[in-house]
Amino acid sequence: MPSRSPSTRRVETVRKRPPTKRPAAQRPISASRELVHLPELPAGQPEEDIRFSDVDEWGRSERMRQVARTVYDPIYRHWFRAEWEGLEKIPAKGGALLVANHAGAIPSDAPVIMHGIETELGRPVYGLADYFFRKAPVIGTLWSRLGGVPAHPDNAERLLADQGQLVLVFPEGTKGPSKNYRDRYQLRRFGRGGFVEIAMRAGVPVIPIAVVGAEESMPIVARLPNAAKALGIPYLPVTANMLALGPLGIGAYFPAKFKLRVLDPVRFDVQPGRDRYSRSRVMDESEAIRERIQSALYDMLRARRSVWFG
Amino acid sequence: MSRRVLVTGLGTFWGGRVAQALESDPNVDVIVGLDTTEPTVELERTEYVRVDANYSILSRIVKATAVDTIIHTFLVVDPTQMSSREMHEVNVIGTMNLFAAASAAGSTVRNVVVKSATLVYGCSPQDPTWFKEDTPPSHSPRGLTERSLHQVEDYVRDFAEDNPHVNVSLLRFANVIGQEIVTPLTRALQLPLVPSIAGYDPRFQFVHEDDVIRSILFVLQNNLAGTYNVAGDGLLPWSEVAHICGKRTYPMPPFVAPSMLWPMQVLGLVDLPREYLTLLRYGRGADNERLKRAGFRYRYTSAQAVRAFVEATRLRGVVGDHRPTYRYERDVEQFFRHSPAVVRD
Repeated sequence: MPSRSPSTRRVETVRKRPPTKRPAAQRPISASRELVHLPELPAGQPEEDIRFSDVDEWGRSERMRQVARTVYDPIYRHWFRAEWEGLEKIPAKGGALLVANHAGAIPSDAPVIMHGIETELGRPVYGLADYFFRKAPVIGTLWSRLGGVPAHPDNAERLLADQGQLVLVFPEGTKGPSKNYRDRYQLRRFGRGGFVEIAMRAGVPVIPIAVVGAEESMPIVARLPNAAKALGIPYLPVTANMLALGPLGIGAYFPAKFKLRVLDPVRFDVQPGRDRYSRSRVMDESEAIRERIQSALYDMLRARRSVWFG
Repeated sequence: MSRRVLVTGLGTFWGGRVAQALESDPNVDVIVGLDTTEPTVELERTEYVRVDANYSILSRIVKATAVDTIIHTFLVVDPTQMSSREMHEVNVIGTMNLFAAASAAGSTVRNVVVKSATLVYGCSPQDPTWFKEDTPPSHSPRGLTERSLHQVEDYVRDFAEDNPHVNVSLLRFANVIGQEIVTPLTRALQLPLVPSIAGYDPRFQFVHEDDVIRSILFVLQNNLAGTYNVAGDGLLPWSEVAHICGKRTYPMPPFVAPSMLWPMQVLGLVDLPREYLTLLRYGRGADNERLKRAGFRYRYTSAQAVRAFVEATRLRGVVGDHRPTYRYERDVEQFFRHSPAVVRD
């Protein structure tokens, strides 16, 4: 959460002078009356005629998303065979912050959740991701065209409060997907609880989602921290997929069975729109949500007979 | 209420345009324009005063003319225009002297409008898609222009705090484009191939030059105080901006882009400052809601502003610069303004 430094707001505190009384003819010209006679807009040039692409303000392109959906749908249905539970808990309209566990060297859970909700509920999901994505050439552009948004409190607030959208966030950040296979389904720290604060400020519920399957789709057997540092990336994993499939394994997932459980929405009874909320309350809520996802995961793992068939 | 207005940077594009617009307002009694160079546009009743770059005699002028409004347009945001030292002199020292004069004892100044740029938000991958007026920048200022604008805004804030009886409005403009203005971006868009960085297609936001002038007058007329972003609706991918201009892009490999650009800069083929290379990666957006809520209506969206620029460029390509050229002749201007022989109504 960026601190709102007092110095940046100072100029805003300047009071408007009370309007002085003066004859009507000399009142300052109101917004409706134009003072300057500038050329009118050339007629017949609506915005749509000028545009050449369908990239919207967030950088999404509906055409590219359609192509991606067509390509990804068989993977979602036949490779991961994703199965949802409690989808009805996601509201049909209005903003909500979806929060899930994050796993797999190249996390396979984000596209499954986004594609799943988009096809099952017909609502777009905006996935917040680390700025690292934006830095990478090609990947950053593709990611943004397909529906990714840089994780910034302002972006989340605009999407949730102003536009009433579904926003997906992984509070574990890179700590989730970078963990070793032996730590699978052990949730990492939930950041600093920023996601709770964002939901409080936007006045929307948090909807936790527990995901089983991502861990086994691309398990990490070792990490190369020095090489990652040299390359300037958050982590560089050696995955079981690479060992089994060679170079193909860099991008190919194992066909682990995906099960997703939507948990009951969490609503915070606080006044939205405030700059800051009680730190202890935020941390408590964040920890409670983390524990609920964790216990749901244990519950789902207890019932799972096979990694591949669920 | 009649106004007495002081415009800084009269010889620049903005100063001249603002003064022209003010001349048609009957409520404006006196317009005094300051600059180091002569005005480049025809002015009817604006009084031009030649000063040095950092306005050392400003307090005398403010006192003598008893102006109540200062429009500070003379902030250089294009680093190709002058050296870093000159820019510091103009932006930082100029603003410092301006506010020193405006806050002198017995000062008559009651309104100040400062034309800043969304450049102060910087540009980095950690940025939000839209900067709000109170979003802190993601990093400490990099680059000369950005740093000097930061210092300028600090002076504006200090002045606003020390002088609560003065309406201070700080306008931050997005990339300006339009029929006439020349910026590093408009020059880049007129190259046979528009430079871009391979693998990146950032979104750009534009504001039309007419909307810039209109917004300055708007905050004056409505006595708005505070900080406002001025930027057209919508963000356009850079490739699409080039497409609207009927150009192809020339993608430079990301890691060697600066070194590829350098020889072209030396040869004078491309004049793209370093700071724009980051912009070509990540772009920048500013939230224009606050000024809209205050009642301002934009004439142009980002796309329409780019279209207006292209059409003007096409026309210039056919008929050349069709606007009458104007040269300031001191004696002629003095004669028309002050000689008893001229019949005035």
